[in-house]
Amino acid sequence: MKHIDEYRGREQARTLAAAIARHVTRPWTIMEVCGGQTHAIVRFGIDSMLPPAITLLHGPGCPVCVTSLDLIDKAIAIASRADVIFCSFGDMLRVPGSCQDLLSVKAAGGDVRILYSPMDALQVARDNPHKQVVMFAVGFETTAPATAMAIHQARTQGLTNFYVLVAHVLVPPAIATILGAPGNRVQAFLAAGHVCAVMGYSEYEPLARQFKVPIVVTGFEPVDILQGILRCVIQLEAGRAVVENAYARAVRRDGNTGAQTLMRDVFHVVPRQWRGVGSIASSGLGLTPAYARMDAERHFGLSAISAAEPSACISGLILQGQKKPHECPAFGKACTPEHPWGATMVSAEGACAAYYRYRRTEPVGAGAEGPA
Amino acid sequence: MDWTVGGDGVMCLAVPGRIESIREGGLLDRVGRVSFGGSIRDVNLAFVPEACVGHYVIVHVGFALSVVDEDEARRTLEDIRLIESGPAQTDDTRPRPL
Amino acid sequence: PKDTVLLGHGGGGRLMQQLLEGLILPAFRNPALDRRHDGAVVEFGGERVAFTTDSYVVHPLFFPGGDIGRLAVHGTLNDLAMCGAKPRYLSAGLIIEEGLPMADLGRIVESMRQAAAAAGVSLVTGDTKVVDRGKGDGLFINTAGLGVVPPGVDVGPDRLRAGDVIILNGDIGRHGMAIMAQREGLAFESTIVSDTADLSGLVAATVAAGVDMHCLRDCTRGGLGASLIELAETAGLHIRLREAAVPVVEPVRGACEILGLDPLYVANEGRCVLMVPPHEVAPALAAWRAHPEGRGACVIGEVGDPRRGGGGVTVESQIGTERLLDLFSGEQLPRIC
Repeated sequence: MKHIDEYRGREQARTLAAAIARHVTRPWTIMEVCGGQTHAIVRFGIDSMLPPAITLLHGPGCPVCVTSLDLIDKAIAIASRADVIFCSFGDMLRVPGSCQDLLSVKAAGGDVRILYSPMDALQVARDNPHKQVVMFAVGFETTAPATAMAIHQARTQGLTNFYVLVAHVLVPPAIATILGAPGNRVQAFLAAGHVCAVMGYSEYEPLARQFKVPIVVTGFEPVDILQGILRCVIQLEAGRAVVENAYARAVRRDGNTGAQTLMRDVFHVVPRQWRGVGSIASSGLGLTPAYARMDAERHFGLSAISAAEPSACISGLILQGQKKPHECPAFGKACTPEHPWGATMVSAEGACAAYYRYRRTEPVGAGAEGPA
Repeated sequence: MDWTVGGDGVMCLAVPGRIESIREGGLLDRVGRVSFGGSIRDVNLAFVPEACVGHYVIVHVGFALSVVDEDEARRTLEDIRLIESGPAQTDDTRPRPL
Repeated sequence: PKDTVLLGHGGGGRLMQQLLEGLILPAFRNPALDRRHDGAVVEFGGERVAFTTDSYVVHPLFFPGGDIGRLAVHGTLNDLAMCGAKPRYLSAGLIIEEGLPMADLGRIVESMRQAAAAAGVSLVTGDTKVVDRGKGDGLFINTAGLGVVPPGVDVGPDRLRAGDVIILNGDIGRHGMAIMAQREGLAFESTIVSDTADLSGLVAATVAAGVDMHCLRDCTRGGLGASLIELAETAGLHIRLREAAVPVVEPVRGACEILGLDPLYVANEGRCVLMVPPHEVAPALAAWRAHPEGRGACVIGEVGDPRRGGGGVTVESQIGTERLLDLFSGEQLPRIC
């Protein structure tokens, strides 16, 4: 497939890995922000191609990982109502709330439907005028424009039975939190390519300057990721800390201005609770007053729902790169994909699930790098 | 329901596909038939007004987020060939437009 | 409440494995069942008889490449073939939902008749029930089959040996994606046609060629990935799979990319893997490639990796690195991320 296969070549991957090894003179810790990059790293075994001096940390990069327990419980409360059709991306159905997940709600009779695009939820609302149709709007800046279009069109088409449970989050505030946290070990970032396809990368330049950390906009294929790592290593070794675009085929400095304009019309920035990390100021998107009528949280009066996360779970430290999954005593024992504690085990993208799937034969304590 | 297809998660799953045809509507609902290796989906092109038939676009949850820049795509692969052939240290630190 | 049956318990993944291991299999312990193969082989008057059963709940009932009727007959023929048996007799149990158009039922029964006739088997017994509207998703079919295992043929996970070579009969992922393409909300237009096919002829040709088959396994629910993982676990041997050697046609790859699905786990209905000792690879490939259902036959891996203990499947990725293939938990859901 064009623009995919060219970036999965064995020779190019080897060439880049060798170039990285040539440039490295000391240990470096690099974080990939996005779950998609985590998946590619683990699925293509990219960390096993890197010199031991390079440590890759998996950041808070998947909506399944970071969506707060409160929002999951609210989604479950809405989906359990007989008069509701609850639409969600497949990723969210297995995320455990305080006592159950959306799959169990579906098994108990809730009308929970998987959709591919937010626009499909509009069609469900048109086809079921007597039902209240609610979309679970999760995802980062990549997905927010699609939600914004669905909400905008719902209003212009006068759909009165369409609501949105908004859980969108933003990457830059999360990066600032990680870099500002005491005990931060991250020295460079692979920025999420498709987030930057929407937002551009100028908003990362203040972060690179303030924290003196190279930030390289990176794609999702193995060759893209190795390119991103190579660019980070070259900057680190030269003591430089600037934003570089290693995914130029899809990302321009200003991003997608049309998408940004629509997002500004439908959303404003709000504080958001991140599962395992806590509340981060200005790190989420909420509906502007013009669209507040569609806010499911308001419409169903759910502000009272709140839940505490299990204390023994260290998914927050793993999300911030301060711990590795196999350093958790419950990993692979009490906490497995079937009985996940924290969100990083729930999502196939989460660092713990990725480790469990591909690495669990790794003896505890040994570096995760090195051949499987 | 036969749901047995395999799969893992990726944060912003966006995939390049080729625009085969475009149904012109209002700007907000300009829809393209986009092919992904022969499997075709309707894709909303509202965010890429500059896109036309024959272009590759990056598609996420039914929306095109950007048009693939063919020159940059070639340059990325060309950079790697330079690393392969060129001397180790300086070749890949060529100043790149930020 | 985790104490109810979930859709995932039928997904061919780990939840299904736990349901079988934890609740169902312990209730019926016996040697034939414990061999845990696609069908059971039992002794009857000096003959080794293969016996199998399967249920079909596919929705929609009609899909590119076939329908629930054709699928049901092929599925049982294939389960018998995976025991090395020549299928002889079938049964069919129909559970029909009130309101199913008679014309649809007629088309489905006709495709069952054609599939059985093409394989030279007779449908000798059956049952029909009708349930209230809303209780049956149109039609469910259960089929059972009897076949005879020719002398000298012994196929099963317990015959797997380190060094055995794994042969796959064609490209993967077509059935699952042909169904997914029809799914409301995820629909995409595609040329993907289900690979549903009768593999008993392919196996018979392999027996006729005198190939010593160690094991056969069809790769239905959970795809090639789940089949290899189950085989490795049952046989207590490690399996190495070369991902680049597994053929996937472009439309299936494209559909999997946009839905975030991995073709290794996508359901097939006309694909199986054959494990043979190294000296049988050439004759096995020749026999398969000469047969319509084996034209795409290729070597995709080996059994037994001395560096690894029992069980588990290691995949060599397209870029030459290794990862452990893990069984997904419930079922695979299309995702954005």
